[in-house]
Amino acid sequence: MKLGKVIGNVVCTQKVESFQDIKLLLLQPLNEKLEEIGDPVVACDTVQAGINDIVFYEGGREAALGLKNWFNPSDLTIMGIVDQVNIGE
Amino acid sequence: MILGKVIGNVVSTIKLPVYQGYKILIVQPVNDREESQGESVLALDTVQAGVGDTVLVIDEGNSSRLIMNNSTAPVRTMIVGIVDAIK
Repeated sequence: MKLGKVIGNVVCTQKVESFQDIKLLLLQPLNEKLEEIGDPVVACDTVQAGINDIVFYEGGREAALGLKNWFNPSDLTIMGIVDQVNIGE
Repeated sequence: MILGKVIGNVVSTIKLPVYQGYKILIVQPVNDREESQGESVLALDTVQAGVGDTVLVIDEGNSSRLIMNNSTAPVRTMIVGIVDAIK
């Protein structure tokens, strides 16, 4: 799992059937200090995250399992909304 | 499996139900001399590890699903052991 921040949403009318009713969000990956790393990515939302929320997301086969219909082509899915990140003791 | 060092934790209330009851820790992968390597990852904790512990981490979905006894859990990274010594 990785941390990310929701920086926008993606509206898409024509998409594969298994993505119907799935919200797509634009995510900026973050490191543990909540500094931006790398380029923004698009992820499927399962937890009704909103703009500026810090979230954690999963990639690969697990991303598809995160959605209700498992037979989908997602490769990034948001698994939860982060309340707090604690570093150190 | 990879070696990592626990450097922090993440608190989350709203998450997928399968994550309920598991602690989420931030793990920094380390090499055999316990030097940091690469980007940190979040991992579910199954062994009550704490900050500063060197831990054994699996980064593979089927192993995690086996441990959770749930064949459809969308979980990949998991802490499965606390390392006492590397010789």
